[in-house]
Amino acid sequence: MIPAELAYERADSVEHAIALLGEHGDEAKVLAGGHSLVPLLRLRFARPSLLVDIGRIRELAGVSEEGGGLAIGPTTRYADLESSALVAERAPLLAAAAGEVGDPQVRHRGTVGGALAHGDPASDVAAALLALGATVALRGAGGERRLPLSDLFLGFLETAIAPDELLVGISVPPSAAPAEFAFEKFNRRAQDWAIVGCAVSGGPVPRVALVNMGTTPLRALAVEEALAGGASARDAAELAARGAEPPEDLNGTAEYRRHLARVLVRRALERALP
Amino acid sequence: MELRLTVNGEVVSGAVEPRTLLVHFLRGHLGLTGTKVGCDTSSCGACTVLVDGRSAKSCTVLAVQVDGCEVTTIEGLAPDGRLHRVQEAFREHHALQCGYCTPGMIMAAVSLLREGRELDEGAVRRGLEGNLCRCTGYRGIVEAVLAVAGATAHGPAPADQA
Repeated sequence: MIPAELAYERADSVEHAIALLGEHGDEAKVLAGGHSLVPLLRLRFARPSLLVDIGRIRELAGVSEEGGGLAIGPTTRYADLESSALVAERAPLLAAAAGEVGDPQVRHRGTVGGALAHGDPASDVAAALLALGATVALRGAGGERRLPLSDLFLGFLETAIAPDELLVGISVPPSAAPAEFAFEKFNRRAQDWAIVGCAVSGGPVPRVALVNMGTTPLRALAVEEALAGGASARDAAELAARGAEPPEDLNGTAEYRRHLARVLVRRALERALP
Repeated sequence: MELRLTVNGEVVSGAVEPRTLLVHFLRGHLGLTGTKVGCDTSSCGACTVLVDGRSAKSCTVLAVQVDGCEVTTIEGLAPDGRLHRVQEAFREHHALQCGYCTPGMIMAAVSLLREGRELDEGAVRRGLEGNLCRCTGYRGIVEAVLAVAGATAHGPAPADQA
């Protein structure tokens, strides 16, 4: 399987990438690590006429300190999140989730921003970043806007990123208790997507996010509200699937996924919270 | 598009269509057929090569993405015909049967060993999660990698050879 014919431009700056996207609109597709996009190109589910490669733009890669939290460049690869001392200190949940993505080869090439821009509900790092309360910065010809990560995901593989916009930054706010976290992933083969997964970040206001329990990565708001109201981990976890419309596929029915969500959220809460 | 990169220590160049996958560039343009196409869906790892020293599935990388990079294939492990220590260990420990997964399995193992972490059986199995073997199973493969990992504590790191 090979992709359909397409043109390729390597952007040498964010401005260059945005100019190319402005010129070509939704005929263009942004290429970073390519580990979501190249499979779609090969299957010809995606047929852009132009790839805008942002993989060499230095300012888009790497993790740095930002106001007690983290500024994460979108083209930072999973493996580099996994091994970053700064991520381990400030957001070990993100390092744990990054270490669960695919397999080592995938983690060497795939990027965190690519995962967010792809908008797959089965993304491990998207759930971790939701639980961490991350925000994202989108830049286009008209300027830059910042939105909570939860507002980025609109539907299945659909995000709020306009065709002429580029995801340029991911911010993780400081956490009062970064060590209170858990990431649970249930699958049948090591390298597979999660059938269901769950990310929990603790602190005064715990946040819980789910992998593959709907058309987008999502927060388990009913669980969070129950915890805020003083419910035990066990009782709060019973609400894990409330409002969720999980997919049905060969790996499991929707009901099976609801069951998994309750079990995984309970395990994660019991591990994460003191 | 014109490409210029280093493959197994030699600078190579060529013109490719942007849609060309790295595995097809290696096999078709450069004749390096040691790298295999297995599942063609980034699952099986038969196409694993090193890009700038780290394992990658060359069926999921466009050749244009590695312009200017350093790529190592299975051929690059034994440039003078003398087997790399991971290859030797695979032979020693009966770590292959049909051999189709072997080049990718060995490249994934070399990448894992280059990380320099201490490896036990669990870490080796986890480190090879991206590679599937459908005939001989994993016992011999894991034993081969563990044997090399043990040797690195007392001898030169495999990175020196890769």
